[in-house]
Amino acid sequence: MQELPRVLTSLDWNVQPPYLHAPYKSTVLRSPQKPLIPLPQTLSELTGPVYGHENIRPLDNDLTKNAVVNGEPVGERIIVVGRVIDEDGRPVPNALIEVWQANACGRYIHKNDQHPAPLDPNFTGAGRVLTDANGEYRFTTIKPGAYPWRNHENAWRPAHIHFSIFGTAFISRLVTQMFFPGDPLMPLDPIYNGIPDENGRKRLISEYAHDITEPEWALGYRFNIVLNGSRMTPFETKDA
Amino acid sequence: MKHMQTPSQTVGPFFHYGLMVEQDQNVLYDEMTRGQRIHIKGQVIDGKSQPVTDAMIEIWQADAGGHHNHPSDPNQAQADPHFKGFGRVDTVHNGQFLFRTIKPGRVAYDAEADQAPHINVRVFSRGMLIHAYTRLYFSDEEEANKTDPVLNLVPADRRYTLVASREDTGELPTYCFNVVLQGEMETVFFNP
Ligand SMILES: [Fe+3]
Repeated sequence: MQELPRVLTSLDWNVQPPYLHAPYKSTVLRSPQKPLIPLPQTLSELTGPVYGHENIRPLDNDLTKNAVVNGEPVGERIIVVGRVIDEDGRPVPNALIEVWQANACGRYIHKNDQHPAPLDPNFTGAGRVLTDANGEYRFTTIKPGAYPWRNHENAWRPAHIHFSIFGTAFISRLVTQMFFPGDPLMPLDPIYNGIPDENGRKRLISEYAHDITEPEWALGYRFNIVLNGSRMTPFETKDA
Repeated sequence: MKHMQTPSQTVGPFFHYGLMVEQDQNVLYDEMTRGQRIHIKGQVIDGKSQPVTDAMIEIWQADAGGHHNHPSDPNQAQADPHFKGFGRVDTVHNGQFLFRTIKPGRVAYDAEADQAPHINVRVFSRGMLIHAYTRLYFSDEEEANKTDPVLNLVPADRRYTLVASREDTGELPTYCFNVVLQGEMETVFFNP
């Protein structure tokens, strides 16, 4: 008998941020206000794009090398590792992770970024990596700088790396941000504080990983990611 | 023991060079793909009816036969190998977007019923701490839409927000699908 797809857990709204979080001003006009309609999980929701090695180029996982023009990018070189698992603790292999970030001075290569900090000719701040069979990933980059934004008076984003992750199903998608331990800007950040649960917020802070730090080369950080898991097993298939 | 889900954060205003590096992510077919080629065009609009110029739309759909090239689809073997089913696009130009894809077939709902042809849609933007899920149905599938088990969960007076209207003014059938994030005509969003 054909094995039916696992039914997956929904977004956990005790942990996930609401659409409207007024201290983050852009949410005010961009937050749906009518109740969400519960969506049955059909094959449309339980399938999704499948990624393989052909999607990744050799330098995609090294942001210190993938945009070099005439020298090394400026800043503190770091190695970021982590494991993508589901809520049941199962590794998520072949998950495509896309990352993007500001440079060491807190400046994005984006025409709308007007922060008067220098661009780095050798750094675009974009990379991609696939998780391996154990759900593990690793990339090398430059530690991003904090940057100002116009949400409120003297508003600064804590240093962060944007993460986009495709799980195995359409409804396993996650876009999030990784922060750094001990950053004094965290309690002041309305985006980070949009997460209702304190333990949930802590999930977004990477930990310093001395086992990953390479002597005379780069500091290591670990950022583990949890996607939705099985809801239950309502489809018991019995072999005769 | 269950592990806690990693919380979502906004895609922010600067996602383009991270996520939109490859051009043509809004084109889902090549010359070998089976099925009727169509265009889907629309605009993302905020609670004051203003275009949202820093949104990103992702879509996921079945092939022309209603199958997905994914191990969870029991009919994966029949799926069109020349159709990837996934696309994404930004809305830099006045909040507008365009996909070039094929009309999906009907996907099974359960052992008895099929769903009407539809496309799964995800909306990301600056100002959205978490993406929103919606579905696109087709105005020329009136009969199938009437019996669609998902569409029938939506209050009748809001179903129109999910039905893309067909235009035949161009060389290919074009379906118009606006995403209204908030307000009177707010698009129906789902909690899968
Ligand atoms: Fe950012």
